[in-house]
Amino acid sequence: MYTFTYHKASSLADAATKLGAAADGKLLAGGQTLIAAMKLRLAAPSDLVDLGAIAELRGIKVDGGNLVIGAMTTHAAVAASADVRGKIPALAHLAEGIGDRMVRNVGTLGGSVANNDPAADYPAALVGLGATVITQKRRIAADDFFRGMYETALEAGEIITGVSFPIPKRAGYVKFPNPASRYAIVGVFVSEGSTGVRVAVTGAGPSVFRVPSMEKALSASFSAEALKSVAVDASALNGDMHASAEYRAHLVSVIARRAVEQALGR
Amino acid sequence: MAVSLSLTVNGKPVTASVEARTLLVDFLREHLNLTGTHVGCDTAQCGACTVHLDGKAVKACNLLALQAQGSKVVTIEGVSPADGTLHPMQAAFREHHGLQCGFCTPGMVMSAIDFVGVNAVPTETQVREALDGNLCRCTGYHNIVQSVIAGAKAMRGTP
Ligand SMILES: Cc1cc2nc3c(=O)[nH]c(=O)nc-3n(C[C@H](O)[C@H](O)[C@H](O)COP(=O)(O)OP(=O)(O)OC[C@H]3O[C@@H](n4cnc5c(N)ncnc54)[C@H](O)[C@@H]3O)c2cc1C
Ligand code: FES
Ligand code: FES
Repeated sequence: MYTFTYHKASSLADAATKLGAAADGKLLAGGQTLIAAMKLRLAAPSDLVDLGAIAELRGIKVDGGNLVIGAMTTHAAVAASADVRGKIPALAHLAEGIGDRMVRNVGTLGGSVANNDPAADYPAALVGLGATVITQKRRIAADDFFRGMYETALEAGEIITGVSFPIPKRAGYVKFPNPASRYAIVGVFVSEGSTGVRVAVTGAGPSVFRVPSMEKALSASFSAEALKSVAVDASALNGDMHASAEYRAHLVSVIARRAVEQALGR
Repeated sequence: MAVSLSLTVNGKPVTASVEARTLLVDFLREHLNLTGTHVGCDTAQCGACTVHLDGKAVKACNLLALQAQGSKVVTIEGVSPADGTLHPMQAAFREHHGLQCGFCTPGMVMSAIDFVGVNAVPTETQVREALDGNLCRCTGYHNIVQSVIAGAKAMRGTP
């Protein structure tokens, strides 16, 4: 790891100031992705601004029809939260399936969303629920936030403060995990809520994406049966040593049906 | 750039001057000579470096020492009583032959103690899921799982 200047931010405003003053600064959340990348010298920021001490970025609250989760809330805290388990059980289930216990004790919602790993779990929940990413400057719809592989709509100096998830009527998340890393080879989040049906897929493409043909079929009939005849095009999907694009396309169909079954409580 | 670091390690206050890029595991092993915490992979995969940070199991190879500023860290050296007897989870690993070479064992024990703290009566499946982040190259896991179930029982104080 190359050396850098370390700053501990005392508040959101302090973090923004410190990040703004740095030549090539980066925010440090849990560090579960960033520290590993710095060890491999894939990232070599001049400055790290640690968000760990900012209490206002942590926590989970129910706000009308939404569940609002602070950026620095750990995966373990989301998985254990009575509010999340009660209002959006599929989201608690998703958080519980990220990596392993030690990673979940440290890794955060904000870090995962900002990183936008093509195989990460949270992007599927954000797009699959029609969530809103909140930064210190603005609110960004999940559909507009995830731009491509490791690419988001975040501008330089922008800090995610939280994510607002609309509470759906029902939702389900199933992933086919890579047996070594637990990242998604394919993960599908489905939901039915006030804005209709959403189907979001992670792991299969360069970034999370929706499947309009499945959403249409499920809007007509919210059942696994309804997806039987919907084929997924493999041409834009990832193929690698773990799974070919054709295999991933097939998995999307199978996993989407399982996610619907889960949403229906079966 | 050296930064001042203050934290509690195994109940004792520690203050040191560290380079910002020092990993928590290197601080524990190289600065404090607490070499019971192992480095198996250095890439957050194997769990040999597991310690408790404010009561929660974490991988010390994937955190900066500075992320533990002001926190309470417990390593494998800190779980047994001062009289030299073993923690019930350590005793269970010995009793149930939960180790062969022993390299993974400190991490296994630290993970197990953290997990049993939230699930005092775990099933075999739950133990296997909980130890997902701890790899063992020797035992085939079976005896480790039996050890954790026995250790959980001993920690509950039931015979
Ligand atoms: C062994 C292992 C297994 C894993 N398995 C999975 C898995 O199965 N599924 C999965 O989804 N993930 C997995 N992860 C990744 C894990 O979820 C990470 O915690 C997450 O991707 C990054 O979160 P973090 O808090 O550690 O962020 P960091 O590593 O601290 O930061 C990541 C990036 O986000 C930026 N950032 C952080 N916070 C903010 C913010 N508030 N605003 C703006 N930018 C910010 C940072 O500058 C950095 O670029 C795994 C990680 C490991 C080590
Ligand atoms: S040495 Fe930390 S996880 Fe392997
Ligand atoms: S006992 Fe040898 S690695 Fe587990």
